[in-house]
Amino acid sequence: MIDNFFLDNPDLQFRLEQLDLREVLELKERNYAEAGQYPTAPRHYADAKDNYRMILEVLGELCATRVAPRAAEADEEGVHFANGQVEYAKATRDAIEALRQAELFGSMLPRKYGGLFLPESVYQMMVEIVSRAESGLMTIFGLQEIASSIEEYGSEEAKQRVLPKFSRGEVSGAMILTEADAGSDLGGVQTRAVYDEAAKVWRLTGVKRFITNGNADVALVLARSEEGSHDGRGLSLFLVERDPSVKIRRIENKMGLHASPTCELQYTNTPAELIGKRRFGLLRYSMALMNGARLAVAAQALGIAEAAYREADKYSRQRIQFGKPIRELQPVARMLVAMRGEIEATRALLGETGRWVDLLKAYERAAAEGTPADPDTARERLKTTSTMSETLTPIVKYYSTEMGNRVCFQAVQIHGGVGYMREFQVERLMRDQRVTNIYEGTSQLQVVAATGKLLGHSLDPLLHAWMDLAVDSDLAGEKAALEESTGQFQKAVDHLKGQDRAVIDFYAGDLVDMAAWIICSWLILRDAQILPHKKDLFRAYLADVLPKIRVAGEVVMKSSTAVLDAKKTLLG
Amino acid sequence: MTSESYRSVVLVKQVPDTHNVTGDVMTKDGTMNRSALPAIFNPEDRNALEMALQVRDKHGGTVTVITMGPPKAADVLRDCLYRGADRVILLTDRAFAAADTLATSYALKCAVEKSGAFDLVFCGRQAIDGDTAQVGPQVAEKLGIPQITYAESILELKGREITVQRTLDLGTEIVRCTLPCLITVVASANTPRPPSARKRIEYKLAATPLELAALLAKWPEFKTEAGLQKHLSERNQLIPIWAAADIGAEPEKIGLAGSPTQVHKINFVVLESAASKDIAPTREGIAAMIEELVKEYIVG
Repeated sequence: MIDNFFLDNPDLQFRLEQLDLREVLELKERNYAEAGQYPTAPRHYADAKDNYRMILEVLGELCATRVAPRAAEADEEGVHFANGQVEYAKATRDAIEALRQAELFGSMLPRKYGGLFLPESVYQMMVEIVSRAESGLMTIFGLQEIASSIEEYGSEEAKQRVLPKFSRGEVSGAMILTEADAGSDLGGVQTRAVYDEAAKVWRLTGVKRFITNGNADVALVLARSEEGSHDGRGLSLFLVERDPSVKIRRIENKMGLHASPTCELQYTNTPAELIGKRRFGLLRYSMALMNGARLAVAAQALGIAEAAYREADKYSRQRIQFGKPIRELQPVARMLVAMRGEIEATRALLGETGRWVDLLKAYERAAAEGTPADPDTARERLKTTSTMSETLTPIVKYYSTEMGNRVCFQAVQIHGGVGYMREFQVERLMRDQRVTNIYEGTSQLQVVAATGKLLGHSLDPLLHAWMDLAVDSDLAGEKAALEESTGQFQKAVDHLKGQDRAVIDFYAGDLVDMAAWIICSWLILRDAQILPHKKDLFRAYLADVLPKIRVAGEVVMKSSTAVLDAKKTLLG
Repeated sequence: MTSESYRSVVLVKQVPDTHNVTGDVMTKDGTMNRSALPAIFNPEDRNALEMALQVRDKHGGTVTVITMGPPKAADVLRDCLYRGADRVILLTDRAFAAADTLATSYALKCAVEKSGAFDLVFCGRQAIDGDTAQVGPQVAEKLGIPQITYAESILELKGREITVQRTLDLGTEIVRCTLPCLITVVASANTPRPPSARKRIEYKLAATPLELAALLAKWPEFKTEAGLQKHLSERNQLIPIWAAADIGAEPEKIGLAGSPTQVHKINFVVLESAASKDIAPTREGIAAMIEELVKEYIVG
């Protein structure tokens, strides 16, 4: 067995190989201009891909040898809270130190701030690997993502001050949005921001709740800067470097993610720096921040699922019942095949989403810098990549976290009674996984976000391109079936578009399920043209989802109001 | 470099991964089929490297790593670069082959002297292939410098004096010594730092002159071996190879000629299950077992 969470995972290596970043890197690396300037800058495309592989190898070894073996210890010890201070578990502190020594922080930051300047899609692979090792650590590692928002929207002075510290792993981050009465509905945020004319600084006052890694040294905080406003349009985003005016009131006692502190914070006239423009705090910056974080949570759910699948796979070989390993029993084999299929499908979906997000960021940056060679094409690409990112991000967040929960549930099931015991990893994995479809926007919110796009036929360019895909003759029948399902999806979109808001909201989940299954099927079909084993995976996945797509399509087409009507009588 | 900085040399070895010995590794004549085992960084040599790097982190100075082995041993040197070594040297020459610990320590001594002035030499306590723990002490002897074996931690390093805690079977011992000296390091000394992702990228092309052809095949943009060699040497990424003549080693003292050790016979020791004994899981049964173990000097 290879002690490396990248090298022991052929599917993840395949995803990196398949990840086509040519267009992204052409813009992002500006003709590889930094090659002579920074020792870590690539000389050309192949060199860049080779660098990404090396980073994932270093991380994979570190996670397999140093982090994963102590995951149970980190969970058992958990986070400490005393005298208003948070202290991570010893295993977590050691893991952070190892990540720092391996110089893996500052993953996405530009090289001039000491970062590795990785594309989002490669960074999400890092998040998956860290999460597979210890998903509580992922929240601390993953929240360095706020540094990217500071880089994008902050003042140059702020960037110079805080970004190199992120790159050296000296500080960790937090995105501080939620309040007791403003969770999914962030427009209701009450924390006040008042400009102190004398000190020429903003000051924040209020209480924030459920803040992951709220003890971070550097945070982005959403607060009401426009007195008298009542919705999202009165909110701005602020950079806060923690000082004694920030009080950690308590930490939560959670079901899982015990190594990750969830804090309640109180700000009292805390000095803060405005990020970007006033009034755009929620509508623009927090949304951008959350879109990145949603991808990271999708990667987290995938990493936990990978860990759970491997535990279940291992146990099913060792456990003998009825004279044979239980994996030879059909009900167990069925679960294992389904888990494997869903995991690889999700990884394909996450890779595809990451690529669109990378393209979007690259075109946004080019537009901001006014550098595109062909402005008309660039504008067109910006529009397309934006639509794709906005469609796929909520879908992958939804699909991956629901999938992750299913996989963990089945992994415990395969373990039988011992899976319910704390001695086995799956018990912890299931607890850790549970929150992924809740935090960073619940599944229900992802469905709302995705539906808004899907009803505008946002997937059409992708679906049309996939329909034109030439496939091996032995998969022609399956491809035809998938085309038929894609047609059912399109009909469902057109039907739902004309319905009342209540009906749309009621059946949106079915539509998004259809979309996720169809996209994943096309992506695996594409992979099957390259890797032989993906053909079997494709057939198995398709056999599982085609009937479900048909049923979901029927549910949407019928749009029965019976359930809607029954709501009143049944729920009161 | 400040007056308080130290120049360290670390001696490392690439070894077969004897912790993962499987059936096809041992040949019928009792020797080992090395190609069936992955080659790894000798574990305690990584602790030695870490100790040297910590000295540099704290006091400044340089860390030079030397290994003797086949051309493939360049892998461990790259690993040292990824972990932060400043300079690495590969001793490779057919004339070094089949060396026992005496010939090995002589060659290493010559290389250490050739590498320049030094304050500290670090080695792992022993290698997992031979388990002799002789090379470190013999190098110190040949260099004519004091040695501190079984070192667990450096308690103080000030001026030309070092205080080290040694770990021994029956406890620990604190010794003080003047520089230069040689230190052999045990596994419990530290947790070796992981390779740095950035250095891994920075040194991805690092290679010995013997590896240029393979490297060129992967990165054809350099066009010729000479072009690649130039690129590497300009960036301090060409790993030098020293042969016997380069370090001024006397031919009769190296390799097979310099090795008095001869393998006379190899015995297979197989622990027969027939020799097993049932111990009753009772207080009396366990007491009897302990008494027997004490009598046989196995415990106590």
